[in-house]
Amino acid sequence: MSVVTCDVAILGAGIVGAACARALANAGMRVTVIDGRGIAGGATAAGMGHITVMDDSEAQFALTSYSQQLWNELSEQLPDDAEYVKTGTLWLAADDDEMAAARAKHAYYEARGVATEVLDAWALAEAEPNLRPGLTGALRVVNESVIYPPCAARWLLEQARQQGATLALGQPVVQIDGALLRIHDGTTFSCGSMVHATGTWAAELFPGLPIRPRKGHLVITDRYPGFARHQLVELGYLKSAHGHTTESVAFNLQPRRTGQMLLGSSRQFDVLHKDVEPRMLNRMVARALAYMPRLAGLSAIRTWTGFRAATPDSLPLIGPAEVDRHYLATGHEGLGITTSLGTAELVACHLTGRSSAIPGLPYLPSRFKKGAPHG
Amino acid sequence: MGKRVTVTIEGCPVETQTGCSIAACVMQANGPALRQSVSGAPRGPFCGMGVCFECRMTVDGTLHQRTCMVNCRDGMRIQNEPATQAPVTPASKIEADVIVIGAGPGGIAAAVCAAEAGRRVALIDDNPEGGGQIWRRDAGKPPPRLAADWLKRLDRNKVDVFTHTQILGSAGPGTLRADGPAGPRAVHHGRLILACGARERFVPFPGWTLPGVFGAGGLQALVKSGYAVRGQRIVVAGSGPLLLAVAAFLHEHDANVRLVAEQTPRGKLVRFGASLVLRQPAKIAEAIGLRWRVRGVPFRAGCWPLGCEGDGRIVAVTLTDGKNTWTEPCDALACGFGLVPNTELPRHLGCTLDRGSVRVDDLQQTTVPGVYAVGELTGIGGLDKALLEGQIAGWAATDQADRARTMQEARRKTPRFATLLEDTFSLRPELRELARDDTLVCRCEDVPFGVLKQFSDWRDAKLQTRCGTGPCQGRVCGPAVEFLFGWVHESGRLPIFPTALGNLIEAPM
Ligand SMILES: Cc1cc2nc3c(=O)[nH]c(=O)nc-3n(C[C@H](O)[C@H](O)[C@H](O)COP(=O)(O)OP(=O)(O)OC[C@H]3O[C@@H](n4cnc5c(N)ncnc54)[C@H](O)[C@@H]3O)c2cc1C
Ligand SMILES: Cc1cc2nc3c(=O)[nH]c(=O)nc-3n(C[C@H](O)[C@H](O)[C@H](O)COP(=O)(O)OP(=O)(O)OC[C@H]3O[C@@H](n4cnc5c(N)ncnc54)[C@H](O)[C@@H]3O)c2cc1C
Repeated sequence: MSVVTCDVAILGAGIVGAACARALANAGMRVTVIDGRGIAGGATAAGMGHITVMDDSEAQFALTSYSQQLWNELSEQLPDDAEYVKTGTLWLAADDDEMAAARAKHAYYEARGVATEVLDAWALAEAEPNLRPGLTGALRVVNESVIYPPCAARWLLEQARQQGATLALGQPVVQIDGALLRIHDGTTFSCGSMVHATGTWAAELFPGLPIRPRKGHLVITDRYPGFARHQLVELGYLKSAHGHTTESVAFNLQPRRTGQMLLGSSRQFDVLHKDVEPRMLNRMVARALAYMPRLAGLSAIRTWTGFRAATPDSLPLIGPAEVDRHYLATGHEGLGITTSLGTAELVACHLTGRSSAIPGLPYLPSRFKKGAPHG
Repeated sequence: MGKRVTVTIEGCPVETQTGCSIAACVMQANGPALRQSVSGAPRGPFCGMGVCFECRMTVDGTLHQRTCMVNCRDGMRIQNEPATQAPVTPASKIEADVIVIGAGPGGIAAAVCAAEAGRRVALIDDNPEGGGQIWRRDAGKPPPRLAADWLKRLDRNKVDVFTHTQILGSAGPGTLRADGPAGPRAVHHGRLILACGARERFVPFPGWTLPGVFGAGGLQALVKSGYAVRGQRIVVAGSGPLLLAVAAFLHEHDANVRLVAEQTPRGKLVRFGASLVLRQPAKIAEAIGLRWRVRGVPFRAGCWPLGCEGDGRIVAVTLTDGKNTWTEPCDALACGFGLVPNTELPRHLGCTLDRGSVRVDDLQQTTVPGVYAVGELTGIGGLDKALLEGQIAGWAATDQADRARTMQEARRKTPRFATLLEDTFSLRPELRELARDDTLVCRCEDVPFGVLKQFSDWRDAKLQTRCGTGPCQGRVCGPAVEFLFGWVHESGRLPIFPTALGNLIEAPM
């Protein structure tokens, strides 16, 4: 039986695991990344790649804005196939109530140094002529961007490997026993610490973790360069994303660098199969057409689904698990692409003892008292 | 051909005829290059049957239309530039006891037999006209006898035929979703018979994306829809009985067919011939007949293309027989390396597949009750098999199992022919060495071989390179990567074909 030793094993080669690998390797640790599949085969392959700041709680704001700043700093180095584009985001207001929400958001962001701008109906129509007439206005968040997550994750791993990290792909972790970790083919890793970046699967090794898969549908179109220029999200999205109703949809459109339009978003609890459901697709597309009727004529070439790892308070689990040497980096729900970089910095601080740029307290797994490894 | 009509191509008026596909018309006017790929390379029609999406243009303001699947109409505006979006047409429905998807011989036979039992039957196909691949109408010519007989029965039994209508997938139990020029459609069905046929398999080699390189059946289809090949020097290359049929066809359309290059070695062909003489004399007679029709055209077994040259369009193809290598100047190359069943729809509906073909019982029923599959879908076997299975399914789907069983004896022979075909025309390993690092494998996203070969499975390659994620959704590169790397490409989700987003909304009925 072969035993591989390392300072830290990262379970999961999604964007969160990849970002952690880079941060820990940069901190001088000997890192091994283990994934049962390939690189970015989980939620990272399915998600939208909108790098966005959210303000539903101070803690969410802190992590998302910090992470966005890290992405902006990295943007120059990102490879071409990561398709980084600074599109900005438009939060769309369909009536006066939503416009009031947009103004409130503006005040909140401005007070915290995030560049935003309120657009009236006319300015909105000029910014995005394909939106339906009659929308009340929008809040533009200037420095937001869009990436292609699978290639961004691969690049983060490449960066880690340049610092000596190793990769073990295609074999899931099947057993954990103290400092020993065994993968499917029998290889054993002896590691100082373990970081669980296993997304929605985290509860398989930690039964009782408060994580629920939340399904989402997506549709992508053929290439229509210039059809939309900003990431477009209806303000009603906030209700859809943060409510914990079993099922909701919201208009969310992302222009890809290729000229393709990527359309979301739906949210469903309690559906565990990954089939595309005609009924949900129908609701989601109908919602989009209500905002952008001209989308109806765009050629849709593919649909798919993905699962977000949702927690009861919509904040991720980052930090020590209840068991010694084990750290969690999961529960990012619909924001893990954005928050992967901030998460990685927090994880590195936990493991090295250095102090973090933002307080790590709100994300500590200990806020939910459960979870022990088994296997 | 039909009536004279005038269309405009990039604003210039061009005279053509009804029954002529837009792709044929544009090639006729401007040569084989009609658009640019995502990396800016010139491209033209390739598969000729709505599979590869290489011939997309803007038609009457609607972007990304497959021009090989749409016939010219008077006043049509054809452009290469993005324009506005499609107008949204209201939804309508199709309803029948038996719905048959695919109007090739298999589907036609199934529809006829079901309709003769007195049921309401609808036959749906995505082409502008029925006939499938082999009975695709040669504009201006009457259909072959056998086809004419079946078409007459189709007519007599009042089967509702919906052409230019593509099935996109399931919209819930008993309902499919479709689209077409008539807008989105809900298709309500009792029994369902799938006869989706096959497409060609392509093996990437240097220059295969040049305009003027076509699928073999693809070029045949384009010529049938009005593309003139008179006097063109054409090389036909690849594998399978289709090559000879295409060569004979092109020859009869006054092309200057320079060579038919079959990759299978002569010895295997001879053994194939010998077994046909014993078991299926009609087939060997057919082959000899074809050979007779192209007498004077060199036929070389154990010979395959190494690459094509040309700047903006093909000017020559380099071939080898393993010993000698030579270059043949030409205006077009028609190539195909066997057929692969169009399994997207059965896969989507949950039918079990065995080695790439749909699994059926002795009554052609798939593993999904009430859903039948016939023809190429259940294994590549040609016209006779398609007709036979179509009849069985037509009867079985109308509760005439006993009648369907009368065909069992004949039916048992067909798998043997299918296996014989597969063994004879299995692709030689040298064909895996043709692609160079810069040879494109995915024609939609322009992904080269050298990039793909670094990956160990399809999903990784797809995620990192976009291979197979363009409009054809891996219909062309899927079978190619399966041959090159052994990666299995499985697709079959709603929508099976690209469709306007508006069509994904449930038809309100
Ligand atoms: C529809 C949708 C839209 C989204 N849109 C956005 C967006 O616009 N912006 C944004 O920031 N976020 C978005 N997200 C969220 C984002 O995609 C996820 O939060 C993020 O990808 C999570 O990354 P991860 O690395 O934690 O998980 P994953 O990418 O799921 O990675 C987990 C990995 O762990 C591996 N694994 C699991 N179990 C084991 C085991 N036992 N042994 C070894 N390996 C194992 C898996 O194979 C997998 O590769 C979206 C998500 C969805 C579903
Ligand atoms: C390109 C090509 C050329 C061929 N030429 C010859 C030849 O010259 N001589 C010969 O002996 N054999 C030829 N064959 C073999 C021939 O296809 C078969 O012998 C015979 O046509 C099989 O009949 P079928 O009914 O199974 O399928 P097909 O004839 O292939 O018919 C299937 C039909 O279903 C349609 N369809 C598929 N999916 C959908 C959908 N989702 N919605 C709507 N419609 C759909 C297709 O467009 C097609 O029209 C050729 C095959 C191909 C692929």
